[in-house]
Amino acid sequence: MAKQTDTTPQERAKLNRELAQMLKGGVIMDVTTPEQARIAEEAGAAAVMALERIPADIRAAGGVSRMSDPKMIKGIQQTVSIPVMAKCRIGHFAEAQVLQAIQIDYIDESEVLSPADDVYHIDKTRFQVPFVCGARDLGEALRRIAEGASMIRTKGEPGTGDVVQAVRHMRLINSQIRHVASLRDDELFEEAKRLEVPVSLVRSVHDEGRLPVVNFAAGGVATPADAALMMQLGAEGVFVGSGIFKSGDPAKRARAIVGAVTNFDDPERIAALSEDLGEAMVGINEDEIKTLMAERGK
Amino acid sequence: MATAVLALQGAFAEHEAMLDRLGEPWFELREARDLDRPFDRLVLPGGESTVQGRLLREEGMLVPLRERILAGMPVLGTCAGLILLAAQVSGDASRQDEPSPDQVGPWLGTLDVTVERNAYGRQLGSFHARAEFDEVGEVPMSFIRAPYVAGVGPRATELARVDGRVVAVRQGNQIGVAFHPELDGDTRVHEMFLEL
Repeated sequence: MAKQTDTTPQERAKLNRELAQMLKGGVIMDVTTPEQARIAEEAGAAAVMALERIPADIRAAGGVSRMSDPKMIKGIQQTVSIPVMAKCRIGHFAEAQVLQAIQIDYIDESEVLSPADDVYHIDKTRFQVPFVCGARDLGEALRRIAEGASMIRTKGEPGTGDVVQAVRHMRLINSQIRHVASLRDDELFEEAKRLEVPVSLVRSVHDEGRLPVVNFAAGGVATPADAALMMQLGAEGVFVGSGIFKSGDPAKRARAIVGAVTNFDDPERIAALSEDLGEAMVGINEDEIKTLMAERGK
Repeated sequence: MATAVLALQGAFAEHEAMLDRLGEPWFELREARDLDRPFDRLVLPGGESTVQGRLLREEGMLVPLRERILAGMPVLGTCAGLILLAAQVSGDASRQDEPSPDQVGPWLGTLDVTVERNAYGRQLGSFHARAEFDEVGEVPMSFIRAPYVAGVGPRATELARVDGRVVAVRQGNQIGVAFHPELDGDTRVHEMFLEL
């Protein structure tokens, strides 16, 4: 009879993609304290992202931004029963090893932190725990998957409350998927070369008409209508970073965004959920900011 | 008639694909008014039980669904779905504080079992197995941050065991499994459900 320790690398990769499948139709919320994690779980978060500072504050503070204190992450793990994710810097496989050592459920190799390596991403196939990575287009998404990512999210532009980049990235990825699906079999080799990805992954997208892993929206989602917009554009779930705990009434806004992701194609429900949410996070327009985090790691 | 698939959160699309393969018509339950459509079976998918349980209550679907299950409507609950069905739910071991009542269930509470949530620990504890399933034979089983059945009450019967732990139970027309038959391409558990 099979035991946990018998799990082969192939089975582990499959189980890691399947955990992302279980998160679909859900909202993953950034939290910085156990108290915020509890509010997020009570509001219906499918998972939480534990980090020391939310993207809006990282942006405001400037400087080098690193993996969070493991003690702070453990405090959140002990507070909630939903999956706990945490971020490491792009290419910083030692930070990822630390997160695996504390049994994190998902690692986000994230452009929100300062990149540790400007050439190489982490070889995620060497890890037991799953990774989610950001992508702006199909090439980036498939390169991350080739490196072992079990889940993809749009990069968006974190910490801005401006959804324009998440929309741009989701539309681009999905239109590129439709394009690949429309190609003849003998055109896939050239397409793989153009996208700078393995032909096996291009063939998978061609045959299935979708990415081989779950794809969430992230970056700039601040309202129930933002969440509904991303779901209608084809996101399978939503990350909300600064949008909740930078707003006037985090618990209410969190519940409203959860409801909006479930009933994303019901405008009357979205209208009801959008009432009396208090102040949304203060937005920064994309063209007002100096550091475009989405440009990190390609 | 059709099978209703609870589509509040989680891996409901995977169940819908299984039902398509078996030629069973289905539709999604997302809010209370969806209950007005005719259905004679129910699937409760995997996902996060705290999210699904909270939305079930908030949407006003918990009581009507409980009544229909108690009246004998066939139901298949997988992973989080098993937790929603369980009469008793015990919190997970890693948790140190006292969770609020909204988060620990029981929710539908129609299945006479005690379920241990996150019983195998975090994602590193997720695993794949093959084991005997009563009246079906050996089936592939994926356990993803899975629960197991810590106690089987007198009205329920055990259907499968892995490493000594009960991972599938039946009580009349209710089937609850801790793993994900919708993920491994083997249709036999769904076939058993559709024959109820």
